[in-house]
Amino acid sequence: MAFEGLSDKLSAAFKRLRAKGKLSESDIKEAMREVRLALLEADVSYKVAKDFVAQVSEKAIGAQVLESLTPAQQVIKIVNEELTALMGVSEVRLKSPKRPPAVVMMCGLQGAGKTTHSAKLANMLKKQGHRPLLVACDIYRPAAIEQLKVVGAKANTPVFEMGTASPVQIAKKALAHARDYGNDYVILDTAGRLHIDEQLMGELKDIKSTVEPSDILLVVDSMTGQDAVNVAKSFDDALGIDGVILTKLDGDTRGGAALSVRAVTGKPIKFVGMGEKLDDLEPFYPDRMASRILGMGDVLTLIEKA
Amino acid sequence: MGFFEKLTGGLKKTRDSMAKAVDSMFKSFTKIDKELFEELEEILIMSDVGAVTAADICEQLKDRVKEKGITDPALVTAELQGLIADMLRGGEALKLTTKPSVILIIGVNGVGKTTTIGKLSANLRASGKTVVLGAADTFRAAAIDQLGVWAERANVPMIRHSEGSDPAAVVFDTLSAAKSRGVDVVICDTAGRLHNKKNLMDELNKITRVIAREAPGCDLEVLLVLDATTGQNALNQAREFKDAAGITGIVLTKLDGTARGGVVIGIKNELQVPIKYVGVGEAIDDLQPFDADAFAKALFGKGEE
Ligand SMILES: Nc1nc2c(ncn2[C@@H]2O[C@H](COP(=O)(O)OP(=O)(O)OP(=O)(O)O)[C@@H](O)[C@H]2O)c(=O)[nH]1
Ligand SMILES: Nc1nc2c(ncn2[C@@H]2O[C@H](COP(=O)(O)OP(=O)(O)OP(=O)(O)O)[C@@H](O)[C@H]2O)c(=O)[nH]1
Ligand SMILES: [Mg+2]
Ligand SMILES: [Mg+2]
Repeated sequence: MAFEGLSDKLSAAFKRLRAKGKLSESDIKEAMREVRLALLEADVSYKVAKDFVAQVSEKAIGAQVLESLTPAQQVIKIVNEELTALMGVSEVRLKSPKRPPAVVMMCGLQGAGKTTHSAKLANMLKKQGHRPLLVACDIYRPAAIEQLKVVGAKANTPVFEMGTASPVQIAKKALAHARDYGNDYVILDTAGRLHIDEQLMGELKDIKSTVEPSDILLVVDSMTGQDAVNVAKSFDDALGIDGVILTKLDGDTRGGAALSVRAVTGKPIKFVGMGEKLDDLEPFYPDRMASRILGMGDVLTLIEKA
Repeated sequence: MGFFEKLTGGLKKTRDSMAKAVDSMFKSFTKIDKELFEELEEILIMSDVGAVTAADICEQLKDRVKEKGITDPALVTAELQGLIADMLRGGEALKLTTKPSVILIIGVNGVGKTTTIGKLSANLRASGKTVVLGAADTFRAAAIDQLGVWAERANVPMIRHSEGSDPAAVVFDTLSAAKSRGVDVVICDTAGRLHNKKNLMDELNKITRVIAREAPGCDLEVLLVLDATTGQNALNQAREFKDAAGITGIVLTKLDGTARGGVVIGIKNELQVPIKYVGVGEAIDDLQPFDADAFAKALFGKGEE
């Protein structure tokens, strides 16, 4: 890749500095220009990057340069720690309400990976000994129901569908069905929609008020650019999401959308999608995500050893 | 269709209100200074142009402004839009002169390939061409059924094999069918694939070799579908797909949202691949020929439908 690592750039910026002493304001300013650029190249939202840099600058100014580290490494360490902290904690569990079944509602933009990840969650729950039910609430996309049936069969999970009946009715009936058949998790696969589509956002609100999901999960494509903040904010404002699934991280995207989404919603990223197969579902690791966004996995292991 | 008309109507309102905000911001500038350029650069970055390309563009803009002696801040935005439109113009039309001609649709997962094929088929039919579709995504669950629905909507035939079969064989059969039936245009769907997966990119390469062998001398358009919501990763996508399959054009989808798709500027600049169409919704008539001027305007919120 053409991208020159942040650590190289910082090292270059700090060439004239000695390894000891304190970081001055102008040192930090110079370094933070590079950090900001790195964040933007990773698709972190413009405003989020700006806020982050301002916040970290304050912490870094006057920081003692540790004896074992160069100033460049010192800055990276601070930036990485702050970024990791912002990413939240690893929280892979779905909520379990007092009265089962737990209802998980998947939502997000078109093509983000909702249907695939509905099946991945079902697959995971099955392996944990649960009895999930998949529900086809996407009545719009061509062959959406068929797709859910195919992946449902692969996950050995029944699929509840009512053709093109209203999604609210489907969700409601599915819940009753789950109670009758002893399913302890109900996973609603909804249609992809734009966050500015008032009519379809209204549909999700109606489903929410009808079946009161225990987890409303926003499915976000990790390749998303600057629009991630608008999307995340709109869905969260409309529905009050409970968590995020970040998909397609098996690609080579730096995944700055993860930071944007965290920053505007404060909701945990619960899972990441690492492929098209049902087993390609992993917990979210804040530290890995931070170094991925900064584009410097190796440097961090070096620093850790230092 | 009524449902979708309503939908796009509603979306346009939201976009327009954003446009007004940007517009009034520019009116507030009274002189051309560093701040104005910073503001412009910020808008470019927020449109996914990328920090490096945005800075480049602003440098060029400064030169132009100086050269032309522009002093009115209101004219600077227009100049910038002109600059960007100039960068993006050219090569919009598909070249489909031979019989058959072939269109191969490729891209990463979920960007809108199959949907674009449905829209494009209807487009070509409307212009009097006959079309046959090849369902060469044999991998994704129900991908063939999905394309089948679009084939029905656009009223074009589709060649299909069963799920899990060799995609190159589907392409082969579709080309044979086109030749024996005297069809004008063959459009092949392919499975979504991430550009960093070598085996999947090799599979794509194999498909292009089948086309070269079975349709020698025929016009071939290899269209890379990019999701406008995608950020800087789209550059990697374009590079890798160009290497593996030699793309001739780009279709930029999902421009009906709030994403602007500015990353195509860097792609056009670096790879010289033209943008051919834009997707503006999920309905069959939501595909439009790319218009560089309208696109450049829309980057600043002043989209024209
Ligand atoms: N490589 C990769 N592909 C994925 C991942 N998750 C989903 N996909 C693929 O992305 C495409 C879209 O996935 P879907 O599950 O259909 O997405 P969706 O959000 O349900 O789409 P709509 O219902 O049309 O809004 C498919 O080709 C999936 O196989 C992932 O983690 N990695
Ligand atoms: N809003 C909007 N949605 C679109 C547009 N084009 C496609 N979509 C939607 O995006 C989702 C994915 O579209 P597909 O055509 O299945 O994408 P694909 O690239 O074929 O996906 P895979 O085959 O799984 O890789 C579907 O829900 C489409 O309806 C567009 O221009 N605007
Ligand atoms: Mg779906
Ligand atoms: Mg497809």
